[in-house]
Amino acid sequence: MDVHVAAHQHEAPTGFVRKYIFSMDHKVIGIQYLMLAMVAVTVGMILSVLMRLRLAWPLEKWPMLAHIFPEGFAGGPMTPEFYLAMLTMHGTIMVFFVLTTAPLSGFGNYFLPIQVGARDMAFPFMNMMSFWVTFVAFVVMLMALFATGGAPIAGWTAYTPLSAVGAIGGPGMGAGQTLWVISIAIFCAGSLLTALNFLTTVLNLRARGMSLMRMPLTSWAWFTTAILALLAFPVLLAGGVLLLLDRVGGSSFFIPAGLVISDKHLTNSGGSPLLWQHLFWFFGHPEVYIAILPGMGVTSHILSTFSRKPVFAYKAMVGAIFAIGFISYVVWGHHMFMSGMSPYTAMAFSITTMAVGVPSAIKTFNWLATLWKGQIRFTCAMLFSLGFVSLFVSGGVTGMLLAQPAVDIFLHDTYFVVAHFHIIMGVAAIFGIFAGMYYWYPKMFGRLMHEGWGKVHFWFSLVGVYCIFMPMHFLGLAGHPRRYAQLTEFKYLLHLQPLHLFISIAAFITITAQVIFFFNFFWSLKKGKPAGDNPWESTSLEWSIPSPPPFDNFGPIEPIVHHGPYEYSVPGAAKDYIMQTDPPEARP
Amino acid sequence: MALLLGLFFVAVGTVTVGIFLFKVWWLPELISVHGAAIDDQLVMTLIIAGTVFFLAQIALGYFIWKFRGQGRAASYWHENPKLEFTWTFITLVIFVGLGISGNRIWAAYFQAPVPADAVMVELTAQQFAWNFRYPGADGVLGRTNPALIDDANGNYIGLDPKDPAGKDDVTTQNIMAIPVNRPIRVMLRSKDVTHSFFVPQLRVKQDAVPGLGIGVSFTATKIGEFEIACAELCGMQHYKMRGRLLVMTQADFDQWLKTRAAM
Repeated sequence: MDVHVAAHQHEAPTGFVRKYIFSMDHKVIGIQYLMLAMVAVTVGMILSVLMRLRLAWPLEKWPMLAHIFPEGFAGGPMTPEFYLAMLTMHGTIMVFFVLTTAPLSGFGNYFLPIQVGARDMAFPFMNMMSFWVTFVAFVVMLMALFATGGAPIAGWTAYTPLSAVGAIGGPGMGAGQTLWVISIAIFCAGSLLTALNFLTTVLNLRARGMSLMRMPLTSWAWFTTAILALLAFPVLLAGGVLLLLDRVGGSSFFIPAGLVISDKHLTNSGGSPLLWQHLFWFFGHPEVYIAILPGMGVTSHILSTFSRKPVFAYKAMVGAIFAIGFISYVVWGHHMFMSGMSPYTAMAFSITTMAVGVPSAIKTFNWLATLWKGQIRFTCAMLFSLGFVSLFVSGGVTGMLLAQPAVDIFLHDTYFVVAHFHIIMGVAAIFGIFAGMYYWYPKMFGRLMHEGWGKVHFWFSLVGVYCIFMPMHFLGLAGHPRRYAQLTEFKYLLHLQPLHLFISIAAFITITAQVIFFFNFFWSLKKGKPAGDNPWESTSLEWSIPSPPPFDNFGPIEPIVHHGPYEYSVPGAAKDYIMQTDPPEARP
Repeated sequence: MALLLGLFFVAVGTVTVGIFLFKVWWLPELISVHGAAIDDQLVMTLIIAGTVFFLAQIALGYFIWKFRGQGRAASYWHENPKLEFTWTFITLVIFVGLGISGNRIWAAYFQAPVPADAVMVELTAQQFAWNFRYPGADGVLGRTNPALIDDANGNYIGLDPKDPAGKDDVTTQNIMAIPVNRPIRVMLRSKDVTHSFFVPQLRVKQDAVPGLGIGVSFTATKIGEFEIACAELCGMQHYKMRGRLLVMTQADFDQWLKTRAAM
């Protein structure tokens, strides 16, 4: 037997616990991450419903909710601090436990090894550990949500010194904020392990013939994202540890001298509030790309599959992913134009930020060119990918305004920013997740999701997100600062209340419509049409094996790769797709 | 499906651009000298971004409808170096060009020398109020010391009673008066957490960071009352950290200072 193969064979576990709970199988771990993300996204959406209730009807009383959250509705209407707590937890849970776990750790864990022809991740035990570490982080984050004194109110960015000074900073800034920091630090450790695994797997475990330039763009995206995660999360981990020390250890990393909060004099000295912002955004900006890059990979893959055409300019796509990843490390200062950072530094960050638009534009052009002269099949996966392209453009172009410090003087910290990042890293990334889910569901569970219900879900989601987030641009243009529990204190904002009402109603409808997806997901597990090995007539390796794949993915056969990932509609070929594992003769 | 989705993307492009063009919701009125350049740059970028947005949505919509799979085989077309080079180059020129032109306006804004006759105002932000201080007749601000801050007794900024220069300082809370058409220099501080001084009509926004002193300059061009908003999350009452900005004639301002000093 081939030594190379023997090195990666291990026995399938038989007991329930080792098979489904503490599993070392990358496929089970992938599904565990997806389940975690589904729970987290449900919590995150409920929090946003509460926020939108307050924004649409600021002083309305909600007796039923007051019954569930007596502190949050003390005196009748939702308190402003409860609103801020919802805002903080919504952002944190969505960014970390949904947008990082689902596209990277979920789909990546399941499909990266199969797509490169490996039997598992390089370090299965570490893979199991990374999930359970992340799970613990989520539990701690939920504890923060229900902490004594309330959940933290400092936003997902937890700017110091507000987040560093403890309970004196306001409601929720005691135990809640401490648990928040601990959860984030644990999360960083888990993500770091995942990143190491992804990188090693891609570099060491590719099947024979799977050269780097034959990898599907999904694998390229996960690979690049893993590099970002490897270098970004340790920085936040360091920042988190320092913040925790400031909170519980009496240190002063982020607290300057002479602070007087609520008439209480603090004894700290020597800290810098801007240091936290630098550490946070040094992580935070790559994090935005950690959320969106896998979506770009999935979109490229699906557009090609369902246009029955090769991805346009594959090499440029790989180059663009890498360029985006690299440049994303030198743009973090654009979050800090108004922070008091040197204005000269702002000029440099402005140019690098503009530069990151170039590879992003290249990707958009190539997606459109992939559609050109294609033969489009409108599956749910394809619809969500087309939605992704539209949203990516809508969210991307506003970056041109926010990248300029001069324009940012007005737009910074207004709803314009909220619109921008929700469209591009929120819903575009979510559309990437949905596209991936409709596309890979048959491979993961052996049955297709219901296409009809999927289309209903798609239309509600597409129209919904545009109705929610487009109007936020207008709020921002009118100068509406973000993170306001209500706008009624300011005369110049009063005329904007109808927009808030519109957004809230759109949000309630869109969020309710997500029930269709969850129903479809669970219904199809039992009742979906049997999928077969390759229902979409796709080319990559996961479609060459049974659905769901066996424990070691490829059985006794070692996959050998003979073709590039996107050989669709090759002139003269027998069918309109050539699988990567098809014999060399398949290509005339 | 193809037609519907194609039309939807065309509609997204058209409706959004329409709302911007007809200025259904728009920037608040402009009342500062430097703000004109900011507005011009904002509008120019908005036009470029809007054009890119519009064309991309239309193209997406059109392609979806045009190539909706009607039995004819897909083309094996997958590269065209000349085309790729062209659109990369055009994008690069537009993006970097915009970046450089934006930086010129930014530089003009923060590098502008503070004129000798600028009105000096010190602003100390706190949860959830704005404390302003004007030097009195001597033109010098008195010494402050955070250790002397005592909100309960009205010493919000820690004014040192032993410093004679501080005797004639004028302090106010949540109300800021400035003369029209005269350069103003505000020195921003914070005594607790980070806040952000935002006057939409002035096109001025600057974080007030504890431990730092950060200056901003502007010249207001219109008499009237405006609002100062906090733009950085600072705690539970962030949404009602409101100040009043009174822009008045020089004579009214002098009178206002005198009245305040006597208070």
